Amino acid sequence: MADEIKTIKVTIDNITIDVAPGTTILHAAREIGGDVTPPAMCYYSKLEGSGGKCRTCLVEVAAGSAADPRPMPKLVASCRTNVMDGMVVKNITSEKVTDARNGVVEFLLLNHPLDCPICDQAGECHLQDLGYDHGKEGTRYQFARRTFKKEDIGPYIQLHMTRCILCYRCTYVADQITNKRVHGIVDRGDHAAISTYISKAIENDFSGNMIDVCPVGALTDKTFRFKNRVWFTKPVDAHRNCETPGCCGKATLWLRGDEVFRVTARKDQWGEVQNFDGKPGWICNTCRFETKETVKWTIEGLTTISRHSVIGANKYKTLETPNETIKKVMHGVEPKLLMDIHSVSGVNNPTIHLSEIDRPANGKDFNK
Amino acid sequence: MQALTNRVKEVDRKPMSLMERMYLPGIIKGMMITFSHIFKKKPTINYPEQKRPFSPVFRGLQILNRDQEGRENCTACGLCAVACPAEAITMEAAERQAGEEHLYREEKYAAKYEINMLRCIFCGLCEEACPKDAIYLSETFTPADYQRKQFIYDKNDLLIPHPKENPEAYSQALGNRPKKESVN
Repeated sequence: MADEIKTIKVTIDNITIDVAPGTTILHAAREIGGDVTPPAMCYYSKLEGSGGKCRTCLVEVAAGSAADPRPMPKLVASCRTNVMDGMVVKNITSEKVTDARNGVVEFLLLNHPLDCPICDQAGECHLQDLGYDHGKEGTRYQFARRTFKKEDIGPYIQLHMTRCILCYRCTYVADQITNKRVHGIVDRGDHAAISTYISKAIENDFSGNMIDVCPVGALTDKTFRFKNRVWFTKPVDAHRNCETPGCCGKATLWLRGDEVFRVTARKDQWGEVQNFDGKPGWICNTCRFETKETVKWTIEGLTTISRHSVIGANKYKTLETPNETIKKVMHGVEPKLLMDIHSVSGVNNPTIHLSEIDRPANGKDFNK
Repeated sequence: MQALTNRVKEVDRKPMSLMERMYLPGIIKGMMITFSHIFKKKPTINYPEQKRPFSPVFRGLQILNRDQEGRENCTACGLCAVACPAEAITMEAAERQAGEEHLYREEKYAAKYEINMLRCIFCGLCEEACPKDAIYLSETFTPADYQRKQFIYDKNDLLIPHPKENPEAYSQALGNRPKKESVN
């Protein structure tokens, strides 16, 4: 065989693209980008073996390949199906696919508590986006949803099993990034649940990454819990020299004023962790949970937020705070009538530092 | 110069006629109009004693709602604040502790909730955005004040009276407006 790289042609929603053999339909669609890309809840390109569970990425294959142009009899999961030369795939142009995906979304939301007003993931939740894109407004489910108790996975991670859609991503993180997996899925079917056998036993340096891979609000950062809504915090790209081996040190800080409320890994346009030098940019727990001071980070600039996202709403597009002009206009005279909002308002009190509390704030923190 | 519209009127600079120069007929004509108004229906009312009814869609001062057991509905989800075009609403969320279940309906609640009435434009988008039935615009005006700091309304100013501890004030606060269809 010659060394030349052969490419194969695949047509997705009438757009033809050349991809390398062995590419999945989902990846070929991601190379095209835009609306053609099927959504993925369980598949995570940085986690080996993920995918094939949630069925949201179902597509119709109208022609299997140039050699055998028969259509595939059933919709296929695009994250697990490799492309063939001359394959014709229909995603948004197929009524069958939209219909099936609506059904899948309804199934995913069957047991989902829909507590988005409380959930910290709201605003960056893939299930929320998916629900708004494909779901119907009402629910047809009239029975009690499955309930679980809140559980602590290690000192920093809170598990809300009620919100979980069983995508298995977090167990793959534990398997592949941390050196010892101590949590997994117990029981089967409707009773299946993420848990640790010895509760609160996760003390690995990279366990925090399962928060980033969780597509819903099942795994959330306890140090950020209830502190603020994500769309009121300002995301900036920052880095630090992290000594933990394997940690890339590049993160997104979510700020309010100068306070770091939350640290996450940097996400790419598919909501996955960005690659740096060909490696996924996982960050360690020291960066994520214990480095909440702005001085410990070098801020590079604002994170680019999709203009469709609520996170970009009502924000200045620069990092510089606007200059106070009144004194300049008044020829050096201090304004007499300006009201300092902190003298009347209890919100965003400069004497209360929420970022220094490593648990959710409660009433006592505000009534000091 | 070409006129921008065709509604231009030339100023009448003709000398006054005899009737106009006599002055008194014009005065009498004007007084007759004034006099005739005495017999017409009064368009005004004596305001604090008499009050006009509010329109059913009137949007006044916000209230924060409680459920029937008196627990606060607000869960500090921030949707009112993000919907607010004037950025008048700010809040601070806290976690409900054990023993506070009778105070707050959900596990998260607004420890601080403020509306800056100087900024509020009473558009009602907060009421529309609220998923928890927690904020409503009432039939009350924001009272006038001499100081700006009185216009930062916090939770004490906004919360509806407790339905069990203070049922009279609660039913008064509910008003006479016809009830909306419940969403749930």
